[in-house]
Amino acid sequence: MSSNKKYWKSVEELKENSSIVETLKQNEFVEEIPTDEFLGDKNTLESSSTTRRDFLKYVGFSTAAASLAACEGPVIKSIPYVVQPESIVPGVANYYATTIANGFDFASVLVKTREGRPIKIENNNLAKTNNSANARVNASVLGLYDSLRVQGPMKGGSAISWETFDAETNQALNNLMTAGKEIVLLTQTYASPSTSKLISEFKAKYGNVRHVVYDAVSESAALDAFEAKYNTRGMANYDFSKAMTIVSVGADFLGDWQGGGFDAGYAQGRVPKNGKMSRHIQFESNMSLTGANADKRVPLTPTQQKHALAKLHSLVVGGAASTDLPEHIDQAVQKAASELKRAGSNGVLVTGIQDVNAQTVALAINESLGSKAFDSNTPILTRQGNNASVTKLVADMKAGRVGGIIMSGVNPMYTLPNASDFAEGLGKTDLSIVFSMKADETASLEGVDYIAAAPHYLESWGDVEFKKGHYSLMQPTIRPLFDTRQFQDALLKWTDNGMNYREYIKEAWGSSILTGSSFNKALQDGVYVGSIATETVDTTSDADSSIDDLLGESVTAVSAGSAARALASSKSSGDLELVLYTKTGMGDGQQANNPWLQEFPDPITRTSWDNYLTMSAKDAEKYQVKNYHVADGGLNSSFVELTVNGIPVTIPVIIQPGQAQGSIGLALGYGRKNGLKPEMQTGKNAYHFYKDFNTTQTDVSLKDIGGEHEFACVQLQNTLMGRGDIIKETTLEIFNTYDREDHEHGWNKVPKVSLNHEEVDVTSPEVDLWDEFDRSIGHHFNLSIDLNSCTGCGACVIACHAENNVPVVGKEEIRRSRDMHWLRIDRYYSSNDTFEGDVKEKESADGLGLGNFVFGDGEGDGSLSTFARLEDPADNPQVAFQPVMCQHCNHAPCETVCPVAATSHGRQGQNHMAYNRCVGTRYCANNCPYKVRRFNWFLYAQNDEFDYHMNDDLGRMVLNPDVTVRSRGVMEKCSMCIQMTQKTILDAKRDGRPVKDDEFKTACSAACSSGAMVFGDINNKDSKVAKLKKDDRMYHLLESVGTKPNVQYQTKVRNTKEA
Amino acid sequence: MLFLHEILQTFFSIAIMKKSYQSLEDNSTNNMIQVIYRQLASKIPYLGLVILLTFTTSLNAQEGDPAKGKALFNTNCASCHNLDRDMTGPKLRYVESRLEEDQGLDREWLTKWIRNSAGLIKSGDAYANQVFNEWNQTPMTAFAALEDQDIADILAWTATDPPEPETPDGPVVVDGGDSNGISNKLILGALAVLFALLAMALVLVRRTLNRFAEEKGIEAASKDKSISIWKAFVQNQFLVLVTAIFFLLASAYFVYGYLSQIGTDQGYEPVQPIHYSHRIHAGAAEDGGNGIDCKYCHSSARVSKHSGIPSLNICMNCHKTIYQVSPETQKQGLEEFGKDYNAEIQKLYKAVGWDEATQSYTGETEPVRWIRIHNLPDFAYFNHSQHVEVAGVQCQTCHGPVETMEVMYQHAPLTMGWCINCHRETEVNVKDNSYYTKIHEQLSKKYGVDKLTAAQMGGLECGKCHY
Repeated sequence: MSSNKKYWKSVEELKENSSIVETLKQNEFVEEIPTDEFLGDKNTLESSSTTRRDFLKYVGFSTAAASLAACEGPVIKSIPYVVQPESIVPGVANYYATTIANGFDFASVLVKTREGRPIKIENNNLAKTNNSANARVNASVLGLYDSLRVQGPMKGGSAISWETFDAETNQALNNLMTAGKEIVLLTQTYASPSTSKLISEFKAKYGNVRHVVYDAVSESAALDAFEAKYNTRGMANYDFSKAMTIVSVGADFLGDWQGGGFDAGYAQGRVPKNGKMSRHIQFESNMSLTGANADKRVPLTPTQQKHALAKLHSLVVGGAASTDLPEHIDQAVQKAASELKRAGSNGVLVTGIQDVNAQTVALAINESLGSKAFDSNTPILTRQGNNASVTKLVADMKAGRVGGIIMSGVNPMYTLPNASDFAEGLGKTDLSIVFSMKADETASLEGVDYIAAAPHYLESWGDVEFKKGHYSLMQPTIRPLFDTRQFQDALLKWTDNGMNYREYIKEAWGSSILTGSSFNKALQDGVYVGSIATETVDTTSDADSSIDDLLGESVTAVSAGSAARALASSKSSGDLELVLYTKTGMGDGQQANNPWLQEFPDPITRTSWDNYLTMSAKDAEKYQVKNYHVADGGLNSSFVELTVNGIPVTIPVIIQPGQAQGSIGLALGYGRKNGLKPEMQTGKNAYHFYKDFNTTQTDVSLKDIGGEHEFACVQLQNTLMGRGDIIKETTLEIFNTYDREDHEHGWNKVPKVSLNHEEVDVTSPEVDLWDEFDRSIGHHFNLSIDLNSCTGCGACVIACHAENNVPVVGKEEIRRSRDMHWLRIDRYYSSNDTFEGDVKEKESADGLGLGNFVFGDGEGDGSLSTFARLEDPADNPQVAFQPVMCQHCNHAPCETVCPVAATSHGRQGQNHMAYNRCVGTRYCANNCPYKVRRFNWFLYAQNDEFDYHMNDDLGRMVLNPDVTVRSRGVMEKCSMCIQMTQKTILDAKRDGRPVKDDEFKTACSAACSSGAMVFGDINNKDSKVAKLKKDDRMYHLLESVGTKPNVQYQTKVRNTKEA
Repeated sequence: MLFLHEILQTFFSIAIMKKSYQSLEDNSTNNMIQVIYRQLASKIPYLGLVILLTFTTSLNAQEGDPAKGKALFNTNCASCHNLDRDMTGPKLRYVESRLEEDQGLDREWLTKWIRNSAGLIKSGDAYANQVFNEWNQTPMTAFAALEDQDIADILAWTATDPPEPETPDGPVVVDGGDSNGISNKLILGALAVLFALLAMALVLVRRTLNRFAEEKGIEAASKDKSISIWKAFVQNQFLVLVTAIFFLLASAYFVYGYLSQIGTDQGYEPVQPIHYSHRIHAGAAEDGGNGIDCKYCHSSARVSKHSGIPSLNICMNCHKTIYQVSPETQKQGLEEFGKDYNAEIQKLYKAVGWDEATQSYTGETEPVRWIRIHNLPDFAYFNHSQHVEVAGVQCQTCHGPVETMEVMYQHAPLTMGWCINCHRETEVNVKDNSYYTKIHEQLSKKYGVDKLTAAQMGGLECGKCHY
C-alpha cells in the first residue's frame, strides 16, 4: 500500500531538465564545499612528519596538561594600606556632598565612594534648589573613568610637564600683555563667585582681557529679556508646585529648558490632593517630555507658537494682536488664555521660543497675572552665555584682532555652527590653550597650542551660585586620576597667587558669602543659602558687560506690547521648520563617550544610540518617508537629505506621533567624532544648523533618498490597544465624583474572574491557585509608582545601572531586543485622541470582521480591523509613562518554572535571583507576564566585543562591589536593591534599634526627585508605602493574572476638564 | 656556618650595648677586633661611671624599689621611653645621675618635669626647653598623679644595671637543636638497620632449620588440601556481587568527597611575605602570647563586611616601641619554626618606611602583598559586622584556633553547606537589641519556640547572601 505520491520540493522540479535539479542529483551541496581551504594542498600534508597517531598523542597530552594546570587555584593577593586614611574603612561607603557644574548640568549631589572610588551619584536632599540629579548627572560618574581622557598637559600633540606649561604660557601671556594684544577667556557658564573674582584678578593683571561666556545650547534670549526688565543677567525662577494652571508655549521645562530642574516642583502639583491638581496646557512642535505629561497638548509650528504667544498676551494682558492661526489652534489659545486669567496668581506661563520678544512677553504675562510660581527675585544664574559676544568674538578672531585665547569647558569646534570660522580665527592667535578632559574637536584642532588636561568635577574644587543667594560647593571625591589641573588653579598660577583653589574659595567665601557661618559645615552640606534680601555685589555675570557697548546695541527694555506685535508679525518662509532640541540622555553632547547615556533610550521615541529627524505622519506621507519593521522586529527607516541654510546632511527619520505638521525635530549633542570610542560616534551633528543660536530654523528643505537605516529601539509596540488595565487612568472629574468600584464609572475596579459562574474578585483567596504565605512578620517591601508624578525623566534608569552593575550591550544587541535595563520606562501613545477612546473602541468591537479586514479597507468594527487600527498612534496622542521593573510577585510565575530553583521568594517580598545557580534555561523569562527578566547572552565584562566601560580597568572602577557582575548564560533582573535593604537592616541591627520608615530605599526610589517612586515596608503600618497601598488609586499591573506583585501603581489622573 | 652565626650573635649584643652607652656612631663594623676593642674601651669609663652614679644616687635620693618601679615604668613610661634606646623620648637608664652629672639638675627638677613638663617649659627653664626642642617639640604627658615614692621607684628602676648579655647562649642552643634533630634521625636509622639485620637473621635461621630437616628426612607437616579462601570467595557469586557493589559505592563516596573538596582549600596555608605569628600576638600569655584582641587589629570587622587586613600603621602602634622580641621568644622562633622574628620586624619597618636610627618615618613605603587565605567567591556576600557585632559570633568559630596558629591557615571549609549548617543551629542573639524585639516576639509565637535560629529568621533564603 505504499503511496505513489510525489512530493515536490521546489518549483524547479516542475520544469523539465532543470539545471538545478540535475546539479542537486549529482551533488549534495549546490556549491562545492571548499575543503582545500582547510586541508591545504596535498603535498604539504604528505610531507608532514607528524603522523595521525602523533597528533592524537599531542592532543591527549596537552588536554591532560591543561586540565592539570587548571586544578591549581589562583593566588590572590591582599594589599592593605600602609597608612589607612581615617575616614576610609574597606567595605563601608562614604558620602560626600559636591556639585556638578559642567556648563549644561548644574546640580547639588551626593557622591557615594567605596574605598576611595566614587561609584554613584545621588540627590543631595539638603539642597533646596537643583537637588535633583537627572539621568545625565547620574551617569556623570562614569565620565571620571573615561579611558580616553587627556592624561596630562600636551603641546602640539606631545606630552609636556606642568612646569614647562607654566613657564611657556606665562611667557606667552606676558608677551601678549606687552604687545598690547587682547587675551580672551572663552568659558562655559561657571556661575561661580570665586571664579568670577579670579577672572577679574586675571583681568587686572593682564589688562586687555575679554571674558566671553559661551553656552553650547544658548538661553541668551531669556537672559537678555530678563536683563532688560530686571537689570540682572539671569533667568526667572519658576516654582511649578505653586501653579494650578500651567501654560507652556514651546518650553520643555521638564527637559533642559532654562537649565532644567523644574520637574520636582511640577510633579508635586500633579498629584490630586483634596480633589485638586494642576492643569497643564502645552503648545509645542516636537513631542517633548513636557508635552507628553500635559493634560492638553496642542501641536503647532514654531511660527504659530509665536503667534499663539502674542495672542495669549493680548488676551491676558491686553492690547491688540493680529495673529494668523488656524481655527482649532486659535480656539485652544483662547481657552488657555481664559484659564490663565481665571487662575490669576495661580497661573503661570512659560515659553521656550528663542526670541527676546517672546521671552519679554512671557515675563509680562506672568507679571500681569501676579503669578505665585514666578519669581524674579532669585534669578537662575546657571546660564550666562551671550550670543552677541560669542558672534563678535568669532568675527574678531577671524579678523586677527585676538592675541591669545584660553578656553575652558567649551568645545566650540563641535558646538559652533560656524566652526570653520572659529578654526580660521584660532590660527591667527599667538596663543591658544584649551582646558579639556578629552582630546575633543577643539582640543585636537591643529591650531591649538596647549591642551591643559582638566580634571573631572569629581576631582575638582569649585563653587556655584545656582540662583541668587543659593550657593553650592564642589569638592574632590577622589585624588586626581591623571596629571590634571583645573582652570581656576591655572588662573591662580598666572596671577602669581600662591594659594591653591581650595584656599582661594575658602577665603572668598569667608569674606563675602558665609557671613560668619562655618565653611566646613557648608562643605559638608554641600549647599549654603545666603541671605537673599541683602543686596550684594553683582555676581550674576562675570562676562564683560561692556560687550553691549562694544556692539553698540545695548539691550534696551522693549515694551511687551511691541514685543507681542513683533511676534505676531513673524512669518514662516517655507513648508518646514526645523526645531532643534536636546535629548534627555545626551543633552549638549559633552558626555557622548558615556555608554550608559548612549544606551539610555529616549523617553519619547524609546530609541537609543542615535539621533534622527522626527516628523509627523502626514509630512512623512508627503515626503514619502517610511518607517517599517523588519523580520527581527527592528525598526528601519529610509534616509532623507535635509538641507538647512544650504548645509546638507543625510539622516534617518522617525515618524513621531504628536509632531506638529510642518515642523521637524532634530536632537543636538550627537555626531561627535573626537575623543570617543568608535561605538559612541553615533548620529549626526545638529549644531551645524544651529545658526544664530536659534533652535528654530526656517530655511529647510528635505528629500527622501531611500536607503535603509537600522534603529535600536527598546520598545516597538507603541499603543496599548485599548488595554486600559495596563495603565489605568481617569479624569479628575470622574476621580472626584465616583467611587473606584462604581458600577458604571468605576475607575479602578479590581478585575473579576469566574468562580462557579459567579464573578469574584481576582484578589480573593478562593480563586487563588497558591497557598498564601504568612508575610505579616518582619519586613515586607513594596514599591509604589505614582503615574501622575512620574514625568518619564529616566534618572531612575541610570541610577539602577550604576547601583546594580547593569552591563551595556551596544546598538546591535539592543536592536535584537537584548537590552539589559532592569528598569524600563514604557511609553504608550493613545490610538484615538485619548486612551479612554481606545478602550471604548476596543470594547465596541463586534465579531471578527474578517471580511472587512481582508477585503475591505480596515474600517468596520470587527476586532481584526479594530486592533489593526489601534496599532497606529493618533496624530496628537495622549502619552503615558510607566516604569516597569521586576514586580516581585508574591505568586511569581517565574519561580515555579525554574528547573534548578535559581529564583525563589524571600519572606521580605523580594524575588531572589541566585546567579550562580542559574543554568540559563530562560523558562522564567518566558513565563514572566511583565517581561522584566534579562538574559546575559554574552559575557559583557572584559570582552573586547563589548568595548564599553566594563572592558577596561579604569571603567570597571565604577562597579558596585556589593553586587555581583553577572556572567554569560545567566538570567538577571531587578532585585529590589536587596543589597540596599539588607544594609539598612544591618545598620539598624548594629545600632540595636528598629528601622525608621524613610530608611528603606532602592536606587530608583532614591533617584526619583519627583516623588513618584516610594519604597518601604508595608508591615510598618505608619510607613508611606503602607498608606499608599490602601490608596484608592492603587492597582497592580496585570492584576487579573493573579500574581500579587509587590510593586504598586497609582492610577493616572488627568485634569482634562477645560475651564 | 656556625662560626658566622656566633659572630653575628656577638656582634648583635655588642651593637645593643654600644647603642646603650655611647652616642650613636656608624654601625659599619667590619672586623671583630675593632668591635671587641671598642667594647673594652667603652667599658672602663662606664664601670667607673656606674660606681660613681650608684654612689651619688644613694646619697641624695629617696630610696626607691626597682621592682615596683619596673611595673610603674611599664605602665606609664614604656610607650615612649626605653631604658637603653632613644624612642619617642630619650633613653632613661641612669637618667637621674646623668642629669646630675651633666646639667646639675636634681630630683626636684625631674619631679617637676614628670608631673608637668609643659609647665616647666613655659616657666622658661633653659634645659627643659632644650630637651623639648631636641625631641621635636613632642610634649610629654603630664603625670601629675605620680607620688614622690612612685617617682623614686621608677628612678630606682632606671638606675639598675642592664642585664649581662647572654652572648654564648644563642649559638649553643641552636647547636643543641641541630644535634638533637640529627641524633633522632640517627637513632631511627640505627633501629632500621637493626630490624633489617634481625629479619635477615630470621630468614637465615629458617633456611638453616629447613636444611637440617631435609637432611634428617623429617617432612614438614603439610597443610590440608582444602580450598583456599580466595577460591571459595571467587566461587561464591553472591559474595562477589556484594563486595563489588560495596567497593563501587565506597569508591563513589571517596570520589565524590574528593571532587567536592576541589576549590575548597581547607587548610590552605600559604607562605606570607612577613612571617606573622598570630600565636605571639593573639595567643594566651602562658603560650608566650600577648593576648591582643582580634578586633584591635581587625577593627573593621565591627563595622564593615571586610574584617580588613590591618594597615601597617596599626602594627606601628606597638612596634614603634617593640623593636625586638624577647630572647625566649626569639629562641623559640629559631628552634621551632626556623624564623628570626626580629628580622621579620625589620621587614615591617622596611615596608612602613620606619627609620630606627632617627625614630622617624622616611616616607618610602612598600605595601605588603599578603596572600589572601579566605577567598569567598564573588557571588557570595558575607558581612563580618553582621556576625561579629550583631550576632556576637567568636572569630574562632569560623577561623579556628587562630591564637595558636604560628602560620595562619584556612580552618573552615567555607562551603555553602557549612554556612547553612551554622545558620540552622545558631540561635539569634536578640538580647538588648530592639531591632529584634517585635520580630522575635511574633516569630517565636509562630514557631512556638523561645529561641530562634538564624534559619527561622530567614537566614537560609538565597537572596540573603547572593546578590
